[in-house]
Amino acid sequence: MRGLPGLPPAAWGYIGTVVASAALVLSTGSYGDVERPTFIVLAGLFLVCDSAPALLNLERARVSLSFSVSLASVVLLGPDGAALVGACALVAFQRVPLVKRLYNASQFALCGYIAGTVYELLRPVGSHARWRPTINLELLPFAGALVAYVACNLVMVGGILLLSRQATVRALVDEIRRLTPGLLGYGSFGLLIAGIYQAVDMFAPVLVLLPLLVARWALAQTRDQQRAHEATLAALCQAVETKDYYTRGHSERVSRGAVMIAEEIGMGPARLEAIRFAGMLHDVGKLGVPTKVLKKDGPLSETEFAAIQLHPMRGIEIVQEIGFLDEALDGIRYHHEKLNGRGYPMGLAGEEIPEFARIIGVADAFDAMTSTRSYRPARSVEEGVAELRKCSGTDFDPQMVEAFLRALDKKPWNPPKPVVLPEGEHVQTTRQDHDDPSAPLKVMGEGPW
Amino acid sequence: MVTGSRLQVARERPAWQHLDSAQLVLLGAAVALTVAAAVSLAAAGGVAEPKPAIIFGALIALGELFRMNMPGGREVAPISTAGALGYGMLMSVGGEAVTYSALQVVAVTAAGMFAGTLPHIAVGRSPQLDAMARRLVVAAVVAFLFRPLTGLLFDERLDLAEWWTALGLMTLISCTAVCSDMVVAAAIRAEAVRVRFGIAFLDEFRAGVLLCAAKTATGMLIAVATSVMGLAALLLFTAPILTTQFAFRRYAAVRTTYLQTIRALSRVTEVGGYVETGHSRRVSRLAVAMGRELGMTEEQSLELEYAALMHDIGQLSLPDPIPGGATVLASPAEQRRIAELGANVIEQTGVLDKVAHIVRRQSSPYSADPAPPLASRIIKVANAYDDLVGDSTDRDRAAAVLDRLRLDSASEYDPTVVESLGTVLERRTYRW
Repeated sequence: MRGLPGLPPAAWGYIGTVVASAALVLSTGSYGDVERPTFIVLAGLFLVCDSAPALLNLERARVSLSFSVSLASVVLLGPDGAALVGACALVAFQRVPLVKRLYNASQFALCGYIAGTVYELLRPVGSHARWRPTINLELLPFAGALVAYVACNLVMVGGILLLSRQATVRALVDEIRRLTPGLLGYGSFGLLIAGIYQAVDMFAPVLVLLPLLVARWALAQTRDQQRAHEATLAALCQAVETKDYYTRGHSERVSRGAVMIAEEIGMGPARLEAIRFAGMLHDVGKLGVPTKVLKKDGPLSETEFAAIQLHPMRGIEIVQEIGFLDEALDGIRYHHEKLNGRGYPMGLAGEEIPEFARIIGVADAFDAMTSTRSYRPARSVEEGVAELRKCSGTDFDPQMVEAFLRALDKKPWNPPKPVVLPEGEHVQTTRQDHDDPSAPLKVMGEGPW
Repeated sequence: MVTGSRLQVARERPAWQHLDSAQLVLLGAAVALTVAAAVSLAAAGGVAEPKPAIIFGALIALGELFRMNMPGGREVAPISTAGALGYGMLMSVGGEAVTYSALQVVAVTAAGMFAGTLPHIAVGRSPQLDAMARRLVVAAVVAFLFRPLTGLLFDERLDLAEWWTALGLMTLISCTAVCSDMVVAAAIRAEAVRVRFGIAFLDEFRAGVLLCAAKTATGMLIAVATSVMGLAALLLFTAPILTTQFAFRRYAAVRTTYLQTIRALSRVTEVGGYVETGHSRRVSRLAVAMGRELGMTEEQSLELEYAALMHDIGQLSLPDPIPGGATVLASPAEQRRIAELGANVIEQTGVLDKVAHIVRRQSSPYSADPAPPLASRIIKVANAYDDLVGDSTDRDRAAAVLDRLRLDSASEYDPTVVESLGTVLERRTYRW
């Protein structure tokens, strides 16, 4: 939750209700049979885990290990004790506004109370008031409590996000789908803590949580490395592009366009990632084309044209060792193939052209048309769309073109600003653009490509 | 990574020849342990308490099946190790005392590891013998220290104080085992990448301490849980280490990808015709070897490797390649400009500032004030050497170039760094 000022009245009402019911639960609870040492240990752990960075960070929600501790307290302390542990979130070491803090503490308390009640209800009649772990794990009551806790938590977080208009229903459902396995997983570690707590006391949470904290470290490192990787890739692609003043930012935009198409046709996250990088790297091989060919004003000789035709292969030469690209390599290799078989380097046609290449081809051409070139100003997005439509079926896969147009309706395209060449400096520009379908390369002795 | 060049060379020789002495000792110990364990089991007429033996053996086998490679070419199998430690420290199954011997622990661990390795061999992945041997030895150390204590520690029902004593001893013993394992790993690495033992130990410690903590904690956890709740608990209580394994697998994958990307993209200067084919790669290999010789840690040498791979990236901003691509022949002003342009590109990433600094100072002479960082001095020497020698294998030429660099040292090149180049080259000709 961000941006507290300006919350709609409904959201304030909702917060008020949740806080008030939590206060009611906490004030009417009987804490006589809550074991004090256990409570202190669990509350302390809850605070430590809640203050530590989260295991799972999404845009609006976070899952921290305090989830495991909460579920352990449900089992070990009962509803009232669990509510009290949840309420400790009020004093967690986090930089959040007071209202959010209060709301979170209240919702944790309520979740703990409800899950505790479910747990008590599901337990076989005649068992003791408190958990006595010996040989059998009470799996069913625990599963019930876990589901109740997770459901409560999601409902309450979802409610406030909806009421404060920070999320649409669709985004929320999507997020919940991604969050739930994590919540259930971390919650179920609470059972492990509870299971051996009686025997080894404080050692139990330490032994269970240590591997998880280590995992958290690794996940954080992974995220950092991923970011570093992306930044490095982008910077290096940019360095390659500086050779030509007009194509700056081209890779980045092609990558964005390719991802838009891929999302539209429903690609999974791993392939999306691959196509993003493939889009970024698709023209790396252009570096192998001598500058004088790129700068040439008249028609190209056949050898010069061959040099351009080979650039996808030179690109592959560079990036083939990057293991995860895998399928994306084909996208780079064949991004200049045309549906009618008149493309290069192999002259593949129709379905022979890999999916990735057909996607990148569309995004590549569209960006080339909507950018400024030395021989013409940038075309408008509408003109670009018209040109794509015209070439759909001959050059481009109609399915990909349609997907791209649908995506354009949802998300506007930001074409690059008109290029103004700095004066007085030595600036490199090209005279022809191999990507531009509306102005094909001029090659001596042949028809237009 | 650091071991890359060496392993490539090593593969061309028969398997036993590329084992260093520390590896031989370790493998000998592992084989001796396995044989002793097999003999003792045969003498005893089979396995005592077969049920836990089978289940823990299966867990270890599974762990071996899902082993993974961490940065630096370190093979780890957290689940397998945790299972072996847990089996070594098991006191009872659901309250019934277990009394098997330490040698049985070794036998079960070895059998589990063997079973888990078979599928790897079947698909053509050869096992890292030294890593496997180390895992077996860790399990053995824990078992030999802890098994004799179980009789003393365990009675019908342990109270809290007794549990804490047992857990304290477990912590102590598994820490001892893990530390000795790091010593062994460091000894092997020190030989493999030619680095001082102290530095190798620090590297191993940094690379392994967190995972080791997770492994030992899980080992103790499953020992306790199985004691309290019986064998069924084993499944549940491996869940935390599964999370750890999953997280580390992704971490390792990203690290590998990152290095692959930088290695691959360092070749853009070659494809663009700015430098000779293979130049960046050769310079980085040479630089890393020199860095290790000069006592760099793994972290420093990774930065050095990145910087060496990208040291010529600034040439991309030149309108036309400089003739022959050899920066050593360019004018000092031009060298500085290339270094500056390259550093700017690398700074754009926002995450490789140290690398950018190394690249920026690579053209500074040794006598410059302030003195360039060690990594820059190394790259300067390695780059000059490769520019002048290229991929030629002519020894006389190499020697002549080395002499030339020596003449220029003190003002242009750092004499210590030039000497380290001499050492690295000498070892190469001797070994290759």
